[in-house]
Amino acid sequence: MSATDTPASLPAPAPAPDTAQRSPWGEVLHSLSRSGTFLTGLFILLFWVVCALFGQHFVPYDPLASDIIDALTPPAADHWFGTDQLGRDVFSRVIVGSRDILTVAPLATILATIAGTALGLVIGYFRGIVDDIVSRVLEAFMAIPVVIIALLAIVALGTSKITVIVVIGLSFAPIIARTVRSAVLAERELDYVAAAKLRHEGALHTMFVEILPNVIPPILVETTVRLGYAIFAVATLSFMGFGIQPPSPDWGLSISSNYGMIGGGFWWTVLFDALAIASLVIGVNLVADGVHGAFND
Amino acid sequence: MTDKNALELKDLSVAYRVGRRNRAVLRNVNLTIKAGEAYGLVGESGCGKSTVALSVVRYLPRNGSITGGSIALDGKDVMKLDAEALRRARADSVSMVYQDPGKALNPSLRIGRQLTEIFELAGVTGQAAEDKAVAMLNRVRISDPASVMQRYPHQLSGGMQQRVAIAMALANDPSMLILDEPTTGLDATVEAEVLDLIGQLRRELSASILFISHNLAVVSNMCDRVGVLYAGMLVEEGSTKDVFNDPRHPYTVALLRCLPRGGQRKDQGRLDTIPGFLPGIGANIVGCAFADRCALATERCRAEPPPLYELGDGRLSRCHYHDKAQSLPRATPAEIAATAPKQAPPVLQVEGLNKTYASHGRPLRAVKDVSVSLRPGETLGLVGESGSGKTTFARLLLGLVAPDDGGSIELEGKQLAPRLASRSEDQVKAVQIVFQNPDSALNRSHSIRHILSRALKRLGGLSGKTLDTRLEELVRSVRLTDRHLAVKPRQLSGGLKQRVAIARAFAGDPRIVVCDEPTSALDVSVQAAILNLLADLQSRQDVSYIFISHDLGVVRYLSDKIAVLYLGRIMEFGPSEAVFSGPHHPYTEALLSAVPKLDRTESSRIRLDGEIPSAANPPTGCVFHTRCPRKIGAICETQEPELTEAQPGHTIRCHIPYAELARLQKPKIVEPA
Repeated sequence: MSATDTPASLPAPAPAPDTAQRSPWGEVLHSLSRSGTFLTGLFILLFWVVCALFGQHFVPYDPLASDIIDALTPPAADHWFGTDQLGRDVFSRVIVGSRDILTVAPLATILATIAGTALGLVIGYFRGIVDDIVSRVLEAFMAIPVVIIALLAIVALGTSKITVIVVIGLSFAPIIARTVRSAVLAERELDYVAAAKLRHEGALHTMFVEILPNVIPPILVETTVRLGYAIFAVATLSFMGFGIQPPSPDWGLSISSNYGMIGGGFWWTVLFDALAIASLVIGVNLVADGVHGAFND
Repeated sequence: MTDKNALELKDLSVAYRVGRRNRAVLRNVNLTIKAGEAYGLVGESGCGKSTVALSVVRYLPRNGSITGGSIALDGKDVMKLDAEALRRARADSVSMVYQDPGKALNPSLRIGRQLTEIFELAGVTGQAAEDKAVAMLNRVRISDPASVMQRYPHQLSGGMQQRVAIAMALANDPSMLILDEPTTGLDATVEAEVLDLIGQLRRELSASILFISHNLAVVSNMCDRVGVLYAGMLVEEGSTKDVFNDPRHPYTVALLRCLPRGGQRKDQGRLDTIPGFLPGIGANIVGCAFADRCALATERCRAEPPPLYELGDGRLSRCHYHDKAQSLPRATPAEIAATAPKQAPPVLQVEGLNKTYASHGRPLRAVKDVSVSLRPGETLGLVGESGSGKTTFARLLLGLVAPDDGGSIELEGKQLAPRLASRSEDQVKAVQIVFQNPDSALNRSHSIRHILSRALKRLGGLSGKTLDTRLEELVRSVRLTDRHLAVKPRQLSGGLKQRVAIARAFAGDPRIVVCDEPTSALDVSVQAAILNLLADLQSRQDVSYIFISHDLGVVRYLSDKIAVLYLGRIMEFGPSEAVFSGPHHPYTEALLSAVPKLDRTESSRIRLDGEIPSAANPPTGCVFHTRCPRKIGAICETQEPELTEAQPGHTIRCHIPYAELARLQKPKIVEPA
């Protein structure tokens, strides 16, 4: 073949020597690394992750060891956050109490993401009757409060971390499915999907190989947002006694066993656990905000 | 007319800040527009045309800044104006019309409200403002302005929206009107109307015009003087006639050569192209910016930046060898191997194809009773305004949309199933498509290697080593290299992306490739290269094309047969030459007449009134009678004409007999010498 045309014989394709050099993911990372919101959130989140992983090695007391003599002492030098009604060190309990919630909530979120993504891809891709029916069922499902579903599940399955993960995961899945569905609806109109049809590609290939990589950004944003809600949900369930079970120093659980004490002026038994929950939720939400900003700039 | 200059740019330099570095976009642009003058600015995308427009009204994006020079509007230095004075200048003396009128108008306000608002700013209120608004709409030739005032933008067609945008721009009686690609994206028929309007308004108003367009023909019809912008520099300037007929810069010469002109056809030779790429913004340019792409360039060009040479008669050229510019050698040899016309049996035979959609409970006949046939190695050009059913027809062939029962599509003598899913693997790979927009057509998450390998695997049935060998061949056949395989689509320019899309369509040795406006998003130099590539592939592989384009010059270059569609019906079908040279259907005549011609040899002016009617409610009788300039009477309104054979292989759907059409159109087809 004669070189009757030019581009091939020329140096490098055209991209301007600027930000276009970075890959899309590189650009997102770059944007995240300059986002104060994201970095603040990440710092809070990492603090709790470190506490969950290594807290038990550096806390001053065994979080489960009770000392009735020292019960309900207010915050002081030897017990920074005071002690609870069984004389357990509140500081140690708050630090180590991050462990269960930071296992259960992320696992529930991952379950919700996987199930929701698969469901959203299917209803967004097939549309029509499948979408109509499944979407109505999902809406009905979303109308029931998580707590009620949890109550029913726990009656049926008994309490365990697995139950909590499954309950929260499945009740968040419809929300993620809805986000994925709307992204897929936009994506499936693009010509590359028609091109896949013109290769006789199967539905699975089109959904998971062609479309899925392009809807990852909204999924990531939704997942981080859901993680915040999952943390809140786990704490709520534990508080109500349906979630993490004693003797775990879990925050929700501690609040529920101590909140009767507030009336007696023993505020420290509840306040620090509550602040811990709040800080973790805020941290995750800041991360979610940052991720959202990075993808939508 | 006074001697005062409406706009004067002196050594204007503009930079965009990207990645903590200022990158030059405009480099010392000097430009003067006299009062009442229309000045055209042309160049490929990325040359800085729009940046000039934005600088004039100081609407540069946040990362843009004017790094040097001055801008004087009506003798006032725009750079020195404070915020209030700048606001006044924008309100009083300069107006802008943008490319997409749909985005320039507020979707949630009625047209009347948006128009009167402008007069209210100038202190005219109430009934007086309303009267002025109606007068403004009359001025832009909108019939029934009272009802248009009551409507929302989305209730108007694209052409009407652009008229309203022009009316708004003229409302403050500006001394300077900036039109930034005002007709890009409009149908040729609508474009012609809008250009006519701008032309008429020029005669009525005193406004000077800065007309920005990538379409050389449009600029040549609208402007007195023209400037050619390349890499942020003015490389040539002069009167429109001089620049287009006697260009003195190799870039202008090359740009003009990229266009298929004077009815050039693929078997008469390849189009010329411009090798290489525009320097990226902020590139460090030593010597002449065009030197890398110029076959005339010498050592001097690479070392010494050429000044703007004055050539007399107000002509300027930024080329050391401006006297030799026209001897620029071709970048692409014109010669092609002659192919003998073949008499093979048709590869595609379509009979009585229909497609009806349901629209609000009413049938919408998108494609009605279409029959065409196509031989191997031939191109069928589909022509018509948007909404004429071109794309639906293509989708029916591809099987992406199932036709109504009854019609038939035969591929190489075998019936094609209506639905893609029920077609055999061989049939699927035999009919492929090159989409209009490669950004949508190529999966942005996949590498070029993935995209093409998958196509070879599915369409070519290849794997392992044979796949790799074939991939290499395929990549070379569309003139890409191995280097392009590793990257994602976004890292390639528009032209290279379209090559990937073409390679994908050719992965399974197709018999028919549908090309749906494959070059409409590309610059002319890139368009020429893609058209050459398509022509080469066709002559080598004997593939047939269904070529859809709104650019009749492009259709004519590539097509052997033409089908003219209107409201889903074929109005005219025949050999390309017969359809173009006429006598033709009145609709074809109007379409041809709407095309702006580079040489300004407008022999006939036929304008279609109004817009294409809705296919859900087509006119009775001949569907074209509502807009037909040659309507003969009641028969057109009551009886739908048959597609009758005018000459062997050339059919026309019109009540006017062929001989009569020939007589009517005779004086108009005189080609200029």
